[in-house]
Amino acid sequence: MNSVNSTFKFKWGNHMFKKLVVAAVATSFTLTASVSYAGPKAEVLHWWTSGGEAKSVAVLQKEFSENGGSWTDMPVAGGGGDAAMTALRARVLSGNAPAAVQLKGPSIQEWYEEGALADISAVAKKNNWSKVLPASIAGHMKCEGKWCAAPVNVHRIDWIWANASVLSSNGFGMPKTWDEFNATARALQAKGIIPLAHGGQAWQDATVFEAVALGIGGANFFHDAFVKLDKKALQSDTMVKVFDQMRIMRGFVDKNFSGRDWNLATAMVMNGEAAFQIMGDWAKGEFLAAGKVPGKDFLCASTPGEGFLYNVDSFAMFKVKGSERQDGQKLLAKLIVGKNFQKVFNLNKGSIPARTDVSLNEFDHCAHVSAADMNASSVGGTLLPSYAHGMALRGAQAGAITDTVTAHFNSKMSSKDAVAMLVKAIDNSK
Amino acid sequence: MSNWLEKHLPKIVLGPSFLAIILFVYGFIAWTAWISFTKSRLMPKYDIVGFIQYDRLFDSPRWDVAIDNLFIFGFLFILISMFLGLLIAIFLDQKIRIEGALRTIYLYPMALSLIVTGTAWKWILNPGLGLEAVVKSWGFTNFTFDWVINPDFAIYTVVIAGVWQASGFVMALFLAGLRSVDQEIIKAAQVDGVPTFKIYSAIIIPSMAPIFLSAFIVLAHLAIKSFDLVIALTGGGPGYATDLPATYMYTMAFSRGDIGQAASSAIIMMLVVFAVVVPYLYSELRNKNDQ
Repeated sequence: MNSVNSTFKFKWGNHMFKKLVVAAVATSFTLTASVSYAGPKAEVLHWWTSGGEAKSVAVLQKEFSENGGSWTDMPVAGGGGDAAMTALRARVLSGNAPAAVQLKGPSIQEWYEEGALADISAVAKKNNWSKVLPASIAGHMKCEGKWCAAPVNVHRIDWIWANASVLSSNGFGMPKTWDEFNATARALQAKGIIPLAHGGQAWQDATVFEAVALGIGGANFFHDAFVKLDKKALQSDTMVKVFDQMRIMRGFVDKNFSGRDWNLATAMVMNGEAAFQIMGDWAKGEFLAAGKVPGKDFLCASTPGEGFLYNVDSFAMFKVKGSERQDGQKLLAKLIVGKNFQKVFNLNKGSIPARTDVSLNEFDHCAHVSAADMNASSVGGTLLPSYAHGMALRGAQAGAITDTVTAHFNSKMSSKDAVAMLVKAIDNSK
Repeated sequence: MSNWLEKHLPKIVLGPSFLAIILFVYGFIAWTAWISFTKSRLMPKYDIVGFIQYDRLFDSPRWDVAIDNLFIFGFLFILISMFLGLLIAIFLDQKIRIEGALRTIYLYPMALSLIVTGTAWKWILNPGLGLEAVVKSWGFTNFTFDWVINPDFAIYTVVIAGVWQASGFVMALFLAGLRSVDQEIIKAAQVDGVPTFKIYSAIIIPSMAPIFLSAFIVLAHLAIKSFDLVIALTGGGPGYATDLPATYMYTMAFSRGDIGQAASSAIIMMLVVFAVVVPYLYSELRNKNDQ
């Protein structure tokens, strides 16, 4: 370093510096040119960095290297994937996208429209994906009919979790209707138990909201309102009733709920401070990690009403250059949907496999309920994408709905005003 | 050769940073302005379509809340910080003992990151953990202080935390200002029997006008840029009741893949900053030219 500096200082006008630059550039060129095929390679961008999640990714990583691949891990934690998306944008803009990126729902289609995704139909065909995946979930993995992403798991959103002993000692069972839920909650509240453990963060408000909307409005209503954004459904009396129920739910929440994280709310159910929590099945992971037994310490049931709201994690496959990267991508796609990974990963994560032909012997009671309900609702046409978790709508539209939901839940806004605001916000987001 | 170097050295040394500022500050301001006139969503697009993003922005109830909050927060934050800062500075100026230690104590909040301030105040203000719980445990069971979960009052908790953080810094500015006032004039006034209150209100404070302006400018841009304090204290909640333009922009750009919307809100924020800073720059530059 010193010599470069002094050259620079004293031999002004000399071409030493230029020579150095030329030499450096030349070396880097020869380096890239001399690389030969070294087996399948894949760079994977994800934000599964916390305990159970990191363990789940390590399973895939291991399987990948056992099949001769070399894996470059690119974990970007923070902001529920916001930070990873920023990194992804930079990588795609610079023309050097990772092979696989943890993406889900409509954002897969959004990246496809930017021309960034690869076609992995060959892998899908060879491994018979269209047979083993439920049709509505397979739909998310296709871009204009071609496979462009691989599903990892199915989280169910419309779960209600309960503390078993709180319910049984007060003589209550799991509620089957929202009226029953309200009655149970009021009775528990009178006894000084917090009926609903909830964290006042916008996405949690939205999670409860969509479970209520599905329960009160039914599958068709949910599909019209939150998948098709049909104005009639959005303005309907049913929607007013949904907001009415949200107002009632607000009364079941304790005073300190603002800003609370979801796992702290789960802990309240665990130690009997609160009776219920409405949350996706990652909450089960919290219960299990605390050594609680499903069916004995805590109960799981779908929220009142028909249907199944899914949140499918998946890896979108980006266009990559070079045969080793493309081979790596194909191998990765094959392994992700492979039976072994689907089983091991989901045992760790609390969700259920996306493919329907994986044996569930090692899974717990809640997972069995989830899998049975998924198959039944897939046949019955009530298998629906979660809007609150970015499966049904694009970011701007989903955000507009969440804004309204959280504004209503955290204020004294009337249900009618909320519906009017909802319609306006969705119009504005298009 | 060495003459040439001597003549051009300042330009050579300043050149790179000048170019960097042109590109990374003004270049990206121009880029953001361009993007704000497009329909960019996930990735930037460059076809100009007019004011559609600004229409959406001013139609959005969330943006209305953010702008209202900016004015509530900015106004109260600047006013209270200046008032408290001046008051503490005047008290410290009374030639008291251990002034040095007190000064340090008041200035220390400034050394904390806003994230720390926000998190600490989040716990202090939480009705089940902090102030309310403590006062209740003393026997005042009717006491409530739940601003942080009340959407109508939550923005004032941000003001409280912001003032706590910044007023010590304002105090330091004012203290320096008080010390720079000509002692001869003050002594003359004291000899004439002018009461202390009058000395401050008629002589010292008016002569500190430039300090007021500097404090105002510093606080104003802090207020407009405020982001981390809100994120740590309320996360923009309850609902989006404590959203500020900066948190709105972040949400649109990074959570919702709505870059055009984020760009238009950034441009509006910049215009607000200009509205504050340009008159200041103008008066500064004019003064220099007069001399």
